[in-house]
Amino acid sequence: MAVSVATSARRLVVAVPYLWLLLFFLAPFVIVLRMALSDAATALPPYAPHFEGLSTIGSFLSQLDLENFSLITDDPLYWQSYLYSLRIAALTTLIALGIGYPLAYAMAAASRRWQGLLLVLVILPFWTSFLIRVYAWIGILRPEGLLDMVLGGLGLAGEPLRLLNTETAVLIGMVYSYLPFMVLPLFTTLEKLDRSLLEAAADLGSTPLTAFLTVTLPLSLPGILAGCALVFIPAVGEFVIPDLLGGPDTVMIGKVLWNEFFSNRDWPLASAVAIVLLIVLVLPLVLLQRARLARGGAA
Amino acid sequence: MRRLGPGLVLVLVAGFAFLYLPILALIAYSFNASRLVTVWGGFSTHWYGALMANQPLLDAAWLSVRLGLVSATFATVLGTLAALALVRHGRFVGRTLFSGMVLAPLVMPEVVTGLSLLLLFVAVDAERGFWTVTIAHATFSLGFACIVVQSRLAGFDRSLEEAAQDLGATPLVTFATVTLPLIWPAVAAAWMLAFTLSLDDLVIASFTTGPGATTLPMRLYSAVKLGVSPEINAACTIMIGAVALAVIAASLLLKREQVAGS
Repeated sequence: MAVSVATSARRLVVAVPYLWLLLFFLAPFVIVLRMALSDAATALPPYAPHFEGLSTIGSFLSQLDLENFSLITDDPLYWQSYLYSLRIAALTTLIALGIGYPLAYAMAAASRRWQGLLLVLVILPFWTSFLIRVYAWIGILRPEGLLDMVLGGLGLAGEPLRLLNTETAVLIGMVYSYLPFMVLPLFTTLEKLDRSLLEAAADLGSTPLTAFLTVTLPLSLPGILAGCALVFIPAVGEFVIPDLLGGPDTVMIGKVLWNEFFSNRDWPLASAVAIVLLIVLVLPLVLLQRARLARGGAA
Repeated sequence: MRRLGPGLVLVLVAGFAFLYLPILALIAYSFNASRLVTVWGGFSTHWYGALMANQPLLDAAWLSVRLGLVSATFATVLGTLAALALVRHGRFVGRTLFSGMVLAPLVMPEVVTGLSLLLLFVAVDAERGFWTVTIAHATFSLGFACIVVQSRLAGFDRSLEEAAQDLGATPLVTFATVTLPLIWPAVAAAWMLAFTLSLDDLVIASFTTGPGATTLPMRLYSAVKLGVSPEINAACTIMIGAVALAVIAASLLLKREQVAGS
């Protein structure tokens, strides 16, 4: 008796989260795929599904409708916003690496007592609302905002900078919001770095710069890759930052999906955009995983 | 004790200034008597009073807190079970699919998660509101909760559980009296993370909510769309204060736990 109770308890441990995810993760995903292959209709829900039930897979395949996908490839709005999202995400990642690496390096070099405090200070903004952090920058960047005021006070700028609703504003907001994601993995790898290796390099006559380039940098590569992935992936699909800080010419794909859904009410097209967005995101991940496996195999 | 060179100290000061000055400015201007951001009209708590009279905002805040409490609890229970399944159950049918589904929401763009869940709720004709958002939040924060608990379970001394079972405890009793007390800091951290994720979410809630269930981020978003106002600054300051208190309390708790554990 006790054994059978134990076995069923063990089964429940797997079954409960499994069923939850099948129902609320996989099923919705299948519905999006199906929706992407439907025609837009004016009725609510605004779509005309192309198949009902599994028995009609044959007829479903025969009338597969790639219209939404061809619209995405034909209309420059869509592929341009995809490319633009990738560009902004890549720039964000590079700038965050440029700021985050020295910061993580300095944190790793600090004494243990300081490290704990500095770590909390990096994590703390992550816990405060995303919306609040973006809002803070609106107050700074808007015309006659804090930045203009400070620069004017210093006598550095005569005219308002008009940064809000530009690409620069979007980049500032993105780097600001995602910086902790870059610093944390970098700090973890740099902190674990064996300092005797640097001493050995110095003993063998290398300058601090050569030691950094030949010892520290290669050894921190896993942290760099992890940090870049953590920044790049959410940055591609970002909606809030380009919406609040960007302007009419900073159209990222997350915003296109949002507009397609909420403003144009074209659910099938929004679904097709979502599918393509996932493909765009998953491909680099798979490549990264492959590169990591290849590196692991070589080592 | 290592000594930092002046260059590295400068890097630290500049880096943390970048991270904190915008938030500090936001807090400072919540105490500005003047409505204009460019004019400092003296210290005032006027906007906090105005906030207390803003009933829609208070309702939204209360809804967000309730949502966070319920969805974080769901996410923590499910995430802990998922972590147990992944760490303890070795091979089971569909394990790859399972771990994929647990981790996928972590890299899924919010717009995609929101859209797909909404389509599910429409397909089954569920009434959209509190419970649909709760399910959505529990689903996307489950993976985060799972990772936190998983890391604790991985560095866990299994001989303690084996000892309990040798002494005749059933697996359930073992879990309740040995496993859970040992992993609870991770479970508590997972809950806090899930709660914050829920409280912070704008995109997924916007997709999955219905009429009458407007969350705090949704209210703030529409207010921010209209422009900067000291009242929003005041609301943000209260939220920042609450989060800062919670994080400090949690890190003290964890520190005490580590001291007691070592």
